[in-house]
Amino acid sequence: MKNGTEAIILAAATFLAFLAAAGASDDLFKAHAWVLFFILAATTVVLFRRVEFAPAGETFPPKDTSGYMDDVIRYGAIATMLWGIVGFLVGVVIAAQLAWPWLNIEPWFNFGRLRPVHTSGVIFAFGGNALICTSLYVVQRTCRARLFGGNLAWFVFWGYQLFIVMAATGYLLGSTQSREYAEPEWYVDLWLTIVWVAYLIVFVGTIVKRKEPHIYVANWFYLSFIITVAMLHLVNNAAVPVSLTSGKSYSAFAGVQDALTQWWYGHNAVGFFLTAGFLGMMYYFVPKQANRPVFSYRLSIIHFWALIFLYIWAGPHHLHYTALPDWAQTLGMVFSIMLWMPSWGGMINGLMTLQGAWDKLRTDPVLRMFVISLAFYGMSTFEGPMMSIKSINSLSHYTDWTIGHVHSGALGWNGMVTFGALYYLVPKLWNRERLYSLRLVNWHLWLAAIGIVIYAAVMWVAGITQGLMWREYDDQGFLVNSFIETVSAIHPEYVMRMIGGLIYLSGALVMGYNIWRTIRGDLREEVPMGSVASVTRIVPAE
Amino acid sequence: MDYSLLRQFADSWGLLYMFVLFVGIIFFTFRPGSKEKAEKIAQIPLNEDRNNGGK
Repeated sequence: MKNGTEAIILAAATFLAFLAAAGASDDLFKAHAWVLFFILAATTVVLFRRVEFAPAGETFPPKDTSGYMDDVIRYGAIATMLWGIVGFLVGVVIAAQLAWPWLNIEPWFNFGRLRPVHTSGVIFAFGGNALICTSLYVVQRTCRARLFGGNLAWFVFWGYQLFIVMAATGYLLGSTQSREYAEPEWYVDLWLTIVWVAYLIVFVGTIVKRKEPHIYVANWFYLSFIITVAMLHLVNNAAVPVSLTSGKSYSAFAGVQDALTQWWYGHNAVGFFLTAGFLGMMYYFVPKQANRPVFSYRLSIIHFWALIFLYIWAGPHHLHYTALPDWAQTLGMVFSIMLWMPSWGGMINGLMTLQGAWDKLRTDPVLRMFVISLAFYGMSTFEGPMMSIKSINSLSHYTDWTIGHVHSGALGWNGMVTFGALYYLVPKLWNRERLYSLRLVNWHLWLAAIGIVIYAAVMWVAGITQGLMWREYDDQGFLVNSFIETVSAIHPEYVMRMIGGLIYLSGALVMGYNIWRTIRGDLREEVPMGSVASVTRIVPAE
Repeated sequence: MDYSLLRQFADSWGLLYMFVLFVGIIFFTFRPGSKEKAEKIAQIPLNEDRNNGGK
């Protein structure tokens, strides 16, 4: 019997969700349990329709497990692309809401509820799926071993999608524990913990049964990402629910300890989710696309350990000039500045991998994508340490400069390296000769780059405007500007920011079209990159 | 066991341990003979097509 056990387990889970909805002690938990019930019920029906029985007296032939397990990675690639488009779209919507407040539609679609849908959507849905799918691809190739644990990888994939849907629907319903980048309530956190442990088992199990004697550095980065995120998730979400049938919980920490735990988590989510994990991607896909080994493997080892030793201390720079003790603020600042070095070491290592192959940039827009992504990695890892310096932070903090910084890192570094990885992966995974169109990749590249530049530039202007207006005193010592004056001063920048985001989103749609056509197996007839369209020769008259 | 004790441990022995470990890793990475080995490992992603998981 195929899919039978899974369908029965899902049916039981559906029933449990029904019981949770019936026994809920508050409306929010009830609503969310109903959401879960309908998702699980629909999945159960789908799965029961897929139950297959072997003919009487026979059994199914054993599954072919000789090659790599790529089905789940194909799903992951599609999920990454779709969640990316959704996440960027919500970003454009909330940018528009900031510019035109009447777009806030109470109660479900106001800015406060949609913002975590955007942040979780791009970080965890788009970035997380990209990390899971590329890590499972890379670990198999660099260990020359099939994924460990059989269908466990499928559990990781679908379990993670369920986490995303539960998180997003929770935000819309108003369920939040108000911890930045960790908004889901306790029951969703527990589910993610289970999925994450399964992910760790699949990944480590594959490394353990590797046929390659050495563990390639990309796997170090991926593994540090999985382990550290597990640790961060467990500590930051330590909370006591009001009851087992309540959607509300209270943090185990109070006051400044709570704030520091939150930012220890928040900054290391950037450090290990958005940096270490994506560096794993970089250390595999850049050498593959350039067809050259990484510039210096030993530098990549130093890069790894320096990042591990330094990043974990940088979080307090989010709490400059707060109740956090001064020594802790200074510690955070000093470690943030030191981080500049390994970050640039890594960037140089990635860029120099193209040494002797720079000409490929002329003809390969996917490689261009990786190079631009590394350039943005370098830019934002310079900007970040600079902003962590207390005197600069006193101007930049709480302003849109921070938002601009985050987006040059997220759209530039994380976005571009993921796009590059997808463009590399899709033809390989679906056995296509090449992408549908390289020219469209180039369109995507430039749309995305222009979008980011507009976004980051206007956010600098907006942020510095805000920072200067907030600290402006008159000769009597009174603040010159009221808060609303600082808001209306940056309205044009808010509109421009939305336009920048819209351009970036349109690039992602171009990617969606290109990848969809590639999967279908279409090839666009086009002039190869780097050569000009053939011009009809004018033949001189005899 | 209170805050000051942990704090004192952290900024003395803890700090020393971390620092020595980190410097040790750097020296180990650049030990004689590591270059050839590193260059071999760096080829792993490019070698995969020659001999993969049986496919």
